[in-house]
Amino acid sequence: MSQQTPNWASEARWKKIAIWVTAGSFVLLIFLTFDTLSKTSVGGERVRAYSVINQEIDYRFDAQKNRFMPVIGKEAPLFGKVVTEAEAEQLVTLGKKTVQSKNCMNCHTLLGNGAYYAPDLTKAWLDPNWIDAANRENLMLAFLKDPVGNARANASGRKMPNLGITDEEAHGIVAFLKWMSAIDTNGFPNNFKTINAKEQP
Amino acid sequence: MSAILSNVSGKVTSLFAFTESPHLNGGQKLASKYFTVAMVLFLAQLLFGLLAAIQFIWPNFLFGWLDFSVNRMVHTNAMVVWLLYGFLGSVYWFLEEESGTEIVGLKLGVIGFYVLTIAVTLVVLVYLLIQTGPGKDASIWFINEGREYIEAPRWADIGIVVVILVFFYNVAATFAKGRWSGVSGVLTLDLIALAGLYTAGMFYLTNITADQYWWWWVIHLWVEATWEVLVGCIMAWSLMHLLGARRKIVQTWLYIEVALMFGSGILGLGHHYFWIGTPDYWFSIGGFFSALEPIPLVAMVVHSVYDAGVHKFKATNHPAMAWIIAHTFGNFIGAGVWGFMQTLPQINLYTHGTQWSASHGHIAFFGAYATINIAFFYMAVQKWRGNVWMSGDLPGNGWKWKWSVGLLNFGVLGMTVALLIAGYEQAFIERAMQGSTWDAYFAAQSHPWFREAMVWRTVFGLVTIGGLGLLIWDLMTIGKDESRPSLVLTHEE
Repeated sequence: MSQQTPNWASEARWKKIAIWVTAGSFVLLIFLTFDTLSKTSVGGERVRAYSVINQEIDYRFDAQKNRFMPVIGKEAPLFGKVVTEAEAEQLVTLGKKTVQSKNCMNCHTLLGNGAYYAPDLTKAWLDPNWIDAANRENLMLAFLKDPVGNARANASGRKMPNLGITDEEAHGIVAFLKWMSAIDTNGFPNNFKTINAKEQP
Repeated sequence: MSAILSNVSGKVTSLFAFTESPHLNGGQKLASKYFTVAMVLFLAQLLFGLLAAIQFIWPNFLFGWLDFSVNRMVHTNAMVVWLLYGFLGSVYWFLEEESGTEIVGLKLGVIGFYVLTIAVTLVVLVYLLIQTGPGKDASIWFINEGREYIEAPRWADIGIVVVILVFFYNVAATFAKGRWSGVSGVLTLDLIALAGLYTAGMFYLTNITADQYWWWWVIHLWVEATWEVLVGCIMAWSLMHLLGARRKIVQTWLYIEVALMFGSGILGLGHHYFWIGTPDYWFSIGGFFSALEPIPLVAMVVHSVYDAGVHKFKATNHPAMAWIIAHTFGNFIGAGVWGFMQTLPQINLYTHGTQWSASHGHIAFFGAYATINIAFFYMAVQKWRGNVWMSGDLPGNGWKWKWSVGLLNFGVLGMTVALLIAGYEQAFIERAMQGSTWDAYFAAQSHPWFREAMVWRTVFGLVTIGGLGLLIWDLMTIGKDESRPSLVLTHEE
């Protein structure tokens, strides 16, 4: 161990490298964070305004981008009532807070994050399991308020417990799910056939 | 009132009376308390994991009483908190030796420990007994924040930050009063980042894309950056202590690891930004930098094996040395290989949010963090017993520690492989073939391959619990009737 430590392996050199690499990465991350947050603010192309719940939402393959993209269509007000942006925000906020308070994420996934015991909710609003678009809202409300009573059997045997979700909270959750389904998630999930696609392929 | 308070606090402190030992300094006495709670929470982690695993097989088990969401939350939260308790304890353990002086503000640190432990107990009780609340701010403040891994209600968040600040004060002030070293410098800066990042997860946002953006700042930048560097510091100290490795070599390695870890890990954060609504330039940034994340972990394997070899495996504490080696390999395989397998967006599109992630999570947290904490528990118990012999030739040939190393590693590896098989099946059948609808999800979840994997996961979970039982037994008895003093290492130079 008597020979001289070569320069490239010296403690002082690696200390400097460690500091510069860390600082440089962090500065880059801050820069990217500003850019990402500005591109994902509510009302932009990626994350739609809350009032998007007044419109029809679909999720289709985009040949130009070569991936699935949300499609915002004609007017289709939620619960049969056109709402203002402020009213929509209030409703979606109630839904989001309920989703957090009821700990949905520890069975379900949202945008693919969460636990893996129950289905992903990213495109729950568009799932063909709601049979047809006309009855979807009512089926969702009824299910959220009494998931045990309204459960449809699935082969896994798992079911959702009653979480004491009120009528108002259920409306909020449905609004939140509809709004979330319009987020541009870069094509996740892939090859998802929506409830509309079932009616008009 | 004050009589009742002093009575209660007397009862609480007497719970930890058995951790007292005349062989320890102030920081080490506090560390023993942290380690004791860590082991209790480790056991809780495994038991609630078992309940959740059983619910995959029999969904009606405890339905409506302790639902999967509750068990799974306690399972992951107990893990995060016991690992943190282990880290805090380890730092308190070596603080006086590394700084060469007594801990500044130790009394405050002890109060911090009791405040944190009482807060953790209350949070768990609310999780179990109240479980959920109405969709109001009050629920987020007092019951459950509903964001995976950091579900602790807001009041507890604030408490955690206060206790971490006290901890930071202990560390920084003690080094400032005593002496600084490479290890202590890296450690102190890392702790600033650790505490600062936690605040990124402490506010409510309706915009779920922005919400998850910041949420990953806490989860990723803790687990894949600041925690890794923190265990790098703990490992550096451990190698000097266990093998008599030279400080200069260990510290040079630590700087290399910091450079590689932060250089890959900070922007590697981007691999969580593929599908949450964030711009698609994160595909390239996240894919590239997270693909580099295994490199520092390879370096750690080289580092520990090299050091152990140079010192001819002559170590002061064989169980601890075994767990250090388990740590480096576990970190590389669990965090490095298992993470790399699904980190590129081209595969992640199909594996994101499937049992692949659960498989990776099990082996990575165990391999990277549980192992190094267990190594430290063995070093602590050795000193606690009066720095007794803990190298080879232990009574019964050390069968308890050897079997617990075997059972814990075999159990976690078995769970990991079972979950990976479930993940393969889910990614192909639900995602690639059937397009991720709810019908596709349930088709994959009820496939025989998935069901069998869940049974095997539970079996290996029981093996893991057996290993933990043996570990607890060993930690309570090892060195008890030992009269030989610890091996004395001849330091080079």
